Amino acid sequence: MSESWTPDEMMTVAAARRLVDGMSVFVGIGLPSVAANLARRLHAPALTLIYESGPIGSKPTQLPLSIGDGELASTADAVVSIPEIFNYWLQAGRIDLGYLGAAQIDRMANLNTTMVGDSYERPRVRLPGAGGAPEIASYCKEVTVVMKHAKRAFVEKVDFVTTVGFGSGNGDRARYGLTGAGPTTVITDLGVLESDGESELELSAIHPGVTIEQIRNVTQWPLKTKADLDESLPPTGEELLALRTLTHGTAPS
Amino acid sequence: MSIALEGFTHLIPFAAGHEIIRQGKRDLTLIRMTPDLIYDQMIGAGCARRVVFSWGGNPGVGSLHRFRDAVENGWPHPIEVEEHTHAGMANRYVAGASGLPFAVMRGYEGTDLAANTRGVARIACPFTGEPVAAVSALTPDVGVIHAQRADRRGNVHLWGITGVQREVVLSSKSSIVTVEEIVDELDLGLGGQVIPAMAIDAISEVPGGARPSYALGFYHRDNQAYVDWDSIGRDRKSFDRWLNESVMTAK
Repeated sequence: MSESWTPDEMMTVAAARRLVDGMSVFVGIGLPSVAANLARRLHAPALTLIYESGPIGSKPTQLPLSIGDGELASTADAVVSIPEIFNYWLQAGRIDLGYLGAAQIDRMANLNTTMVGDSYERPRVRLPGAGGAPEIASYCKEVTVVMKHAKRAFVEKVDFVTTVGFGSGNGDRARYGLTGAGPTTVITDLGVLESDGESELELSAIHPGVTIEQIRNVTQWPLKTKADLDESLPPTGEELLALRTLTHGTAPS
Repeated sequence: MSIALEGFTHLIPFAAGHEIIRQGKRDLTLIRMTPDLIYDQMIGAGCARRVVFSWGGNPGVGSLHRFRDAVENGWPHPIEVEEHTHAGMANRYVAGASGLPFAVMRGYEGTDLAANTRGVARIACPFTGEPVAAVSALTPDVGVIHAQRADRRGNVHLWGITGVQREVVLSSKSSIVTVEEIVDELDLGLGGQVIPAMAIDAISEVPGGARPSYALGFYHRDNQAYVDWDSIGRDRKSFDRWLNESVMTAK
């Protein structure tokens, strides 16, 4: 008899399952941080968590609110400066996996975290901006995007390319000098989209209780479905307990 | 005048920023990787003409509403933005600190940032022809940081997350440091880094000067204050009330 769970919990658990023990992961705040810390408590205790503020090998006991919370530094194997984390560690290709979110993603996995609207100078919605995302998507060996599946987010073409996914395909990544495979996996609250790194994202798995139709209704491009479409395994009792314990309280300070 | 207040989540020089607001400074170019609450407050107070940055959000909470109001609606007046990536900003400070006109890095290619942002160019490696990005050096008129300690000779010691503080001090034409405490002797067993006195123009002892961010070894990050800022900063009237009560009339 399985417990009930929410689509958000399914998304986080599916993201955590992607992490293989012993990997190094460049972790952003929010869902990616929840997924990485969940994996560390379940099947991947030897994950090396790397935060862009400089800590390498953080072992936080509580979920941090920001990427610079004190516990990330005080539990780390090493704390390096910002130029060092980006140049020596990320750009040099030492990190296995990067986790990213975005406000918009398009069929070629290009990401927008800059602005919504027609004018860069006077946007309808000004978003936070690039941060570390462009380099994370370029130089981690591979990247997983975790975001909620909504029509305004899954668009034919992003309003602004903050972070290159596959560009327009056709070898753009190699032409741009991007050494990693890019955002080949997108995990949402409804399913999983994947790409070979050259061609458009296709639906590769649906979460239990979700229909293909439902996913197509919140995707602005005509989403193709892989021939061997999977159904995700529902969260186990163990996964749910660990996740709920973890998210029960964000670090008070 | 261009000014850079740095501190990556840790050791953000809030007290110095509030003093800049109280002194009524205007038309500043504000440089900072993560504008955070401090630049949201300075923008809302009307100090900024231009903002040079790489990630302008409230970490783990959401938007910086004063920053958004300025960009989207020109309130309290229009501002220009110059948006880079974190790696781009970090390398620009490194170039400034090194006395170089630009830094070399991989990045920007294929993004819309390259076309909309000054100070980014594509160059070829002179040895192999490989294309790489050049980013112009940052050389702020004034660099401001907060650190845990200084000694009486003016050497500054910071530990924990040290961000780009050393780079901003060394790339700026003059530098100001606020510290939690001035001591006779630094305790280097705490690790971190020391910025030698010769690189620093002025030091001021300001206990709590990084609140509501934190100073490792002194006080924790006030995460609730970051959460509460969302509703204070969202509304022009509540922001003005906060500004009057918490900055303008504060000692």
